[in-house]
Amino acid sequence: MAVVRIENVSRWFGNVVAVNDVSIDITPGITGLLGPNGAGKSTLIHMMSGFLPPSDGAVTLDGEVIWRNADAYRRIGLVPETESTYEFLDGREFVRANAELQGLPDPGAATERALETVEMTAAADRPVGTYSKGMRQRVKMASALVHDPAVLLLDEPFNGMDPRQRLHLMELLRRMGEEGRTVLFSSHILEEVEQLASHIEVIVAGRHAASGDFRRIRRLMTNRPHRYLIRSSDDRALAAALIADPCTQGLELDPTEQALKVEAVDFHRFAERLPALARERGIRLLTVSPSDESLESVFSYLVSA
Amino acid sequence: MTAIYHPTVARLTFRALLGRKRALIMAVLPTLLLAIAIAVRVPTGADDRAAVSVLGGFALAAVVPLVCVIAGTGSIAPEIDDGSVVYLLSKPVSRQTIITTKFIVAVAVTALFTVVPVYVAGLILNGNSQYIAFAYTAATAAAVVAYSAIFLLLGVVSRNAVVIGLIYALIWEALFGRLMPGVGNLSVQQWSLTLAEQIAASGANVTSTVSLTAGVVLLVLATVGSIWYAGRRLASFTFAGEH
Repeated sequence: MAVVRIENVSRWFGNVVAVNDVSIDITPGITGLLGPNGAGKSTLIHMMSGFLPPSDGAVTLDGEVIWRNADAYRRIGLVPETESTYEFLDGREFVRANAELQGLPDPGAATERALETVEMTAAADRPVGTYSKGMRQRVKMASALVHDPAVLLLDEPFNGMDPRQRLHLMELLRRMGEEGRTVLFSSHILEEVEQLASHIEVIVAGRHAASGDFRRIRRLMTNRPHRYLIRSSDDRALAAALIADPCTQGLELDPTEQALKVEAVDFHRFAERLPALARERGIRLLTVSPSDESLESVFSYLVSA
Repeated sequence: MTAIYHPTVARLTFRALLGRKRALIMAVLPTLLLAIAIAVRVPTGADDRAAVSVLGGFALAAVVPLVCVIAGTGSIAPEIDDGSVVYLLSKPVSRQTIITTKFIVAVAVTALFTVVPVYVAGLILNGNSQYIAFAYTAATAAAVVAYSAIFLLLGVVSRNAVVIGLIYALIWEALFGRLMPGVGNLSVQQWSLTLAEQIAASGANVTSTVSLTAGVVLLVLATVGSIWYAGRRLASFTFAGEH
């Protein structure tokens, strides 16, 4: 049972606060670290993997501080975001070098096991420099798994992967979680986290915005007020109909944009009622577009939730 | 106790340094040195003054520091630049061991591309008359050790290690070293020349601007200090994150 504990951790770079008083326990199973780009996810992973000291607070693995503790790497497998590996090595040489650096008694056997786990045995004799993004990610996984670590940290592992490669890596990570490893991966894509992690930690602007079961967070996200921009054949009549329905809480007729701005509080009801109300009143809907669907605004809502 | 050598780190460093492009660049200067030695020897015959001039003015002043810049910084800086160093550093291997191993590899590679060609060039130029070939070979060996340590440290502490190394070698040592007398006190070239001065016969006119004791002490201090500090810096290596 390996637990990575982030305790009241802050990290600043000059005047910029990258991580602000975050406390999280990463326990066995799969945890998704979700947040928009620049939220502080990589900074947290760098601290968890011993590549950045916290400015304040402590990051520990089973009670031991990770920063400047080379022995911690016997229990940590790291899949960094960086694309670069030792391009002149072939896949097998690369994984074997990692096995040797771990000081394993039989690095050859460990290498073959790790290559089999990620299904890269067939391509293991090709130079890493010739690998596709997905193959590269798998061989990086093999290098992180070669010493059978209790903790696996992955920084944006799905970036740039095609759907097939993504599914394959998800299956692999699921297996790692089921085996009792502590698996943490970061992502800025909600759907990736939804498909893989039952437990989620959300980071927004360096702050710990939400934590827990995916469904709870998803509910928070879907229940937040949604803003829409609507153009119709009769905006004023549509506004009167919508404000009378409990699915909305605010309306604004915008003369400059010649549109109706609606704040919906019940997303599902709004999606059902809007076309029905328009049909009942003989109003033609010309434009219905969400105006705050960016991930940042979704996350921002979570911060204030 | 911390090991000073790790065979896997050494293998990776050797392969990175002796990759086709870098090895070719490192081979150009010693090849040029041998070509110059032949070009000087063939028309004029064995000439001690020409030997001192070529070995001191070109080999030790240009070939050795430039090859050392490439190998010393190249043994770690590219890995830090592209981030692949993370695979070395996320292992239970002491960072000091990584540095000393890379230092040993850098010395071995630069020795291959400098010590051997300097000795051969010396033999071509005057057949080791007045021990001039020996003298400059010893000076080259000493310089290779100090340069490798200094440029390895530069590779750890700066993203502009090659540029800074070139400025040191070509502007500080080669240019200011000739124009300003005090520069010799801070010049690996002059420190190593003290050894050549001791070995060569007195009539060979091989001179250094620093004393033998000062030269040897400074060579040792620069080498040990650079390796120690590089290890310390690597032990605190950080990734800056998104900011």
